[in-house]
Amino acid sequence: MPYRLLKFALKKEHDEPRFFRALETPKKSYDAVIIGGGGHGLAAAYYLAKDHGITNVAVLERGYIGGGNTGRNTTIVRSNYLTPEGVNFYDASVKIYEGLSEELDLNLFYSTRGHFTLAHTESAMRTMRWRAEVNKHVGVESYVVGPDEIAKACPQLDLSCSGKAPILGALFHAPGSVARHDAVAWGYARGADRLGVEIFQNTEVTGIDVQGGKVAGVQTSRGYIATNRVLSAVAGFTPRVCKMVDVKTPIVIHPLQACVTEPMKPWLDTILVSGSLHVYVSQSSRGELVMGSSLDPYEVHSTRSSLDFVEGLTSHMLDMFPFLSNIKVVRQWAGMADMTPDFAPIMGKTPVDGFYLDAGWGTWGFKATPISGKTMAETIARDKAPELIHSFRLSRFEDYELTGEKGAASVGH
Amino acid sequence: MSMRLPRSTGEWINRDKVIKFSFEGKDYTAFEGDTVSSALWAAGERALGRSFKYHRPRGVLSFANHDVNVMLTDGLDTNIRGDVVTIRDGQKFVAVNTDGGVRNDKNKYIDSISPLLPVGFYYKAFHTPRRMFPFWENIIRKAAGLGIVNFNFPRVTKRKLNRHCDLLVIGAGPAGLSAALVAAEAGLDVVVVDENQYAGGSLSYDRAGSGELATKLADLLSMVNRTPNIKLYTGAYAAGYYTDHLVPIVRADGITKVRAKSVIVASGAFEQPPVFRNNDLPGVMLGSAAQRMIHRYSTKPFDKGLVVTANDHGYRVALDLIEAGVKVLAVVDLRASGQNADLMSNVVRKGIAVHTGQCVYEAVPTEGKFGVKEAVVCPFDEATATVDTSKAVTIPCDGIAMSAGWAPAAALLYQAGTAMRYDYTVQQFVPAKLPAGVFAAGKVNGVFDLAQRVHDGARAANDVLRYLGKPAADVVVSEHAGAAPSHPYPVVPHPKAKNFVDFDEDLQLKDFINGAKEGFDNIELMKRFTTVGMGPSQGKHSNMNAIRILARIRGLPVEKIGTTTARPFFHPTPIGHLAGRGLHPHRLTPMHAWHEEAGAEFVEVGPWMRAAYYKKPGLSKAEIVQEEALAVRHAAGIIDGGSLGKFELQGPDASEFLNRFYTGIFSSQKIGETRYALMLDEAGVVVDDGVVSRLGLESFYVTVSTSNAAAVYREMQRCLQTWKLNVGLTNVTGAVGLINVAGPKARQIVAKTTSLDISDKAFPFGEIRETEVAGVPARIIRVGFVSDLAFEIHMAAGYARHVWDALLAAGKDEGLRPFGTDAQRLLRLEMGNHLVGHDTDGLTNPFEIGAEWAIKMAKGFFVGQRSLKIIAKRPLKKRLVPFVLDESYKGQMPQECNLVIEDGQIKGRTTSVSYSKSAGRVIGFAYVDPNQASPGSRFNIRTDSGVMVKATVVKAPFVSLQQGA
Repeated sequence: MPYRLLKFALKKEHDEPRFFRALETPKKSYDAVIIGGGGHGLAAAYYLAKDHGITNVAVLERGYIGGGNTGRNTTIVRSNYLTPEGVNFYDASVKIYEGLSEELDLNLFYSTRGHFTLAHTESAMRTMRWRAEVNKHVGVESYVVGPDEIAKACPQLDLSCSGKAPILGALFHAPGSVARHDAVAWGYARGADRLGVEIFQNTEVTGIDVQGGKVAGVQTSRGYIATNRVLSAVAGFTPRVCKMVDVKTPIVIHPLQACVTEPMKPWLDTILVSGSLHVYVSQSSRGELVMGSSLDPYEVHSTRSSLDFVEGLTSHMLDMFPFLSNIKVVRQWAGMADMTPDFAPIMGKTPVDGFYLDAGWGTWGFKATPISGKTMAETIARDKAPELIHSFRLSRFEDYELTGEKGAASVGH
Repeated sequence: MSMRLPRSTGEWINRDKVIKFSFEGKDYTAFEGDTVSSALWAAGERALGRSFKYHRPRGVLSFANHDVNVMLTDGLDTNIRGDVVTIRDGQKFVAVNTDGGVRNDKNKYIDSISPLLPVGFYYKAFHTPRRMFPFWENIIRKAAGLGIVNFNFPRVTKRKLNRHCDLLVIGAGPAGLSAALVAAEAGLDVVVVDENQYAGGSLSYDRAGSGELATKLADLLSMVNRTPNIKLYTGAYAAGYYTDHLVPIVRADGITKVRAKSVIVASGAFEQPPVFRNNDLPGVMLGSAAQRMIHRYSTKPFDKGLVVTANDHGYRVALDLIEAGVKVLAVVDLRASGQNADLMSNVVRKGIAVHTGQCVYEAVPTEGKFGVKEAVVCPFDEATATVDTSKAVTIPCDGIAMSAGWAPAAALLYQAGTAMRYDYTVQQFVPAKLPAGVFAAGKVNGVFDLAQRVHDGARAANDVLRYLGKPAADVVVSEHAGAAPSHPYPVVPHPKAKNFVDFDEDLQLKDFINGAKEGFDNIELMKRFTTVGMGPSQGKHSNMNAIRILARIRGLPVEKIGTTTARPFFHPTPIGHLAGRGLHPHRLTPMHAWHEEAGAEFVEVGPWMRAAYYKKPGLSKAEIVQEEALAVRHAAGIIDGGSLGKFELQGPDASEFLNRFYTGIFSSQKIGETRYALMLDEAGVVVDDGVVSRLGLESFYVTVSTSNAAAVYREMQRCLQTWKLNVGLTNVTGAVGLINVAGPKARQIVAKTTSLDISDKAFPFGEIRETEVAGVPARIIRVGFVSDLAFEIHMAAGYARHVWDALLAAGKDEGLRPFGTDAQRLLRLEMGNHLVGHDTDGLTNPFEIGAEWAIKMAKGFFVGQRSLKIIAKRPLKKRLVPFVLDESYKGQMPQECNLVIEDGQIKGRTTSVSYSKSAGRVIGFAYVDPNQASPGSRFNIRTDSGVMVKATVVKAPFVSLQQGA
């Protein structure tokens, strides 16, 4: 039994401190204001304070901490992308994640379980090889495996997928992990708060004050705040925030849905993804199967659920695991994904001086939480984006220098 | 000791049929209709399960699937709800999540070390040092989860139905049945669903010791049964509410998707446990659970016990208990005043002591915590929720019934987008603003008096009539009178805790206090930190208390705390139900049966099944593919291309449409001519290619690739609407069959089947003719994808097999041989033709594949033009080139998607690689640095195992052409 647990029992009162202060009244001005108290915004705040000594920072959250896509994703962390730029970036994220529980002194349940992207067609096998070759080139542990190795890692999987889509092989990605998503937001919030960052929940940004092409402040439901630096880290709300400063992005919002079963004794130790069947699944440390599928095919700015999503997903789950017929789905939910044309994020500076974007996180935001926070903090602190995120700059769309990651999306979107 | 009561009217068991089952290895009998819990309880058992975290013994709490105290497996199925699942003869049950059974669970020690495991403990330990986490995680993972999954459980395919109706009523209690009757009388087509085995809702159990309501229920049901336009489904729950009144109704045999013009939610309320120490012991149950046990299963909840209450309902429970022969020792009422005088005097008249302003401070367990030994009762101050233990008295008893309040079963209302408000007269959330077409009635609407619930149902039905534009009456429902049905804070603190709020998750009062202390003091964060409401019962018995507790901690009114989002499903819903039959349809061409007989190995291409190659004994796939390809090179081959996308475009703007949709010019295209068509997206990325044939001034015939056909058709439709052009677009993909005859002998074979002059002079490459083949109308196109001499014959799908047979007969002596998609892919490679999607990816622009010739920049607008203008000015980053390996190369065969490496940098990748017998070497396409794109350039391919292979850029085609033959 770890000593830390004994400590709880030895104390009469539960004297654990607050994770973050309950603040109501913002100051008149801050060195930087971060819109969005999700993982990304909080991580950026944390690294601004920690790496750059900028602690006079406010994080403004319309709802509650981690209530957006941080709390809605299926918690998979991986770096088996298709472009060298993407692989390097996500690999840097994985490396921070691996030590993050210790750094934040909060157990994020970062659990490296290995990640299989199943290929059911020759063309999928080709893409897997492409990704494996690029990953290997960059030094990330991914390789193409055959059905035998998949069966060894997950003997319960029906390799023929009920005869409908026999599995030819997979891209195996050793560092593939899952984590407790809420805790990532809480850990960064606590870390940032302890360094002096002020977090305001239930605080909506209603406008951004731009004067002479430069950010001068933000209007909020708690009054006006003067600042020269604003980071937008608002996932599915990016178009609304960008409208406030008249910055154009090619982002469109599609819902991404997920669902979870009731708890059962753990049996699925790996993370499995099937592009053809549009399924990704892992089993949480509570014993629930956490499942997701492809984006909804239409643009909707809402988090409502749909029945056909769960019908399609469960049908494909049964193709893979026929014995789950009587296992019950407890809950389904949706997030708003801001999709970019090339399936890569939009990070860095914008045409408005002092307005920084951390957006376009589509279906791949959670895994990038630490590195996006770190690189955006540097961008804000130096008013210059680091090389690592150069290929994610907003101007790439004008320049026709896209960073094509569509082939590395977990399932066909 | 049997707790079974004498037979009573309306009971849900069939005494004439005795069935056998076992629980935890011990045999029992039950009556048909018994649930596992009712049968075990009747047999005198109390401990029916162990709790999730602390492994405490648990019995019946709600007896209504509002908790998962009794979660079982029968060796086949996982996570069976014992309270509501009826027993089948011979079933053998054990409780889930024990190590050694309910009585001797080895994990019961966890209850005593619970101080080590405060709320959120797992966030604060196990992660340092980092290397130890996998060790701890393994232990935690073993403790997680409930039932064990049976990997041999068969795949279940449940039916799905669709149903439309004027009105869907959810809940067949008094409000729902009343609503249904009123609506049906006005002529509406009404569907009523109720999750219970029998209809009636609270009328089937909440009787207050009187038989009168049983009669009332029988009358109501016979009226419903006599009404032909009411369809009542029991054992059917509304799983969720989706946009536009789509409500999936789940029954044992499948899901019915009901699309209703209007919905009345009359789903009642969940009774909520008051919070006090050991409120989870077997024998402590909700008042409504005790009533269900008595009236539905004729089973006595306990022998002597007390009722702890804070509303009228507790007194009704007491009366039911007395009627069932339970010795009720006292009614303990948290409220100092406000009791219903009639009910109270009824109870007092039966000789029962009523202690007002008192609470159950704790239930004292028997040995092993398998039951209740006594209850400690003491004064309770409602305003401060504090107790005066100095005046505590101990009452020996074996059971406690709890009735302190309700939470509306409003999940579907929330999902529909209802704004709720907190109503202080009933101390409950009630609908404030309902979405159009959605209505609420009964307890979920804050109406508790029975007569008023019936009125409220009628009122809602009239609201529906009004909404549907029919004449409607005004029904007045009286405001709630008397004390609130729910106590605002039925929470009793105890220094030794174990006063449970969430039974699924073993959450005690202090967990909420401590969670809030750590900053998780809004309801959403509290939910996520404490996990309240995240168990299988989704907060049905816990969320309301959690909200009340958080409000008290924050010193805020309840409505300021709000509720968490209620998401589907109302009850956890089996994957087999949701998945349905899992149909996986394929499209087959008219020649499919022929291919099968000829030994074809099929491959899925888009929705189609296509012949990949035709098996031959003794030959490997690779050998067959080479053979099939050689037949085309040396004689002739025939392939079924019926899956290709085929569209007819008619109308004055047809050529303008094609000019905009594709990169080429079609306005100048001659009738009878075909042109290559390259499709881009707005970013200038190559999306598809095909062939456009002009049949008339305003008539075009377009073929596109099989796998993109649906997407191209969709995009054409979208563009037509956007551009508002006068074009009729018809997708004839399935209506038209397609056969391609290719190779040096193709002409003489096809000539035998048509009267058309198909000499090169009369019918040159790149043209189309409308004619007859084998006596049926057909179009022939001279194409050159797999061979420079080829005839693509298009005819009505119904004629395709006839033409196929005729061509085979004509080619019998010419060496004509069928070939599949594998040979086709090799043949097109030999011809130097790239395949969109195979040799291109999601970012490929036409300059990179050398398709400049297909782009007419000078014409007016076309999709992607603006982007191409910009891209054209930028340096090319990579270029697709044909390459060969040295003839002498014998090493590892490069694969498609191996990387092209120069100076340690990724310069590109191979996209097509194949050995070609015709070319006598390995040939392929690869993206290389534009500086290395000229014929003769050498570049490196790195194989899977890291070996560098030298390749040489060449000019396509890889085989010599026949040039018109």
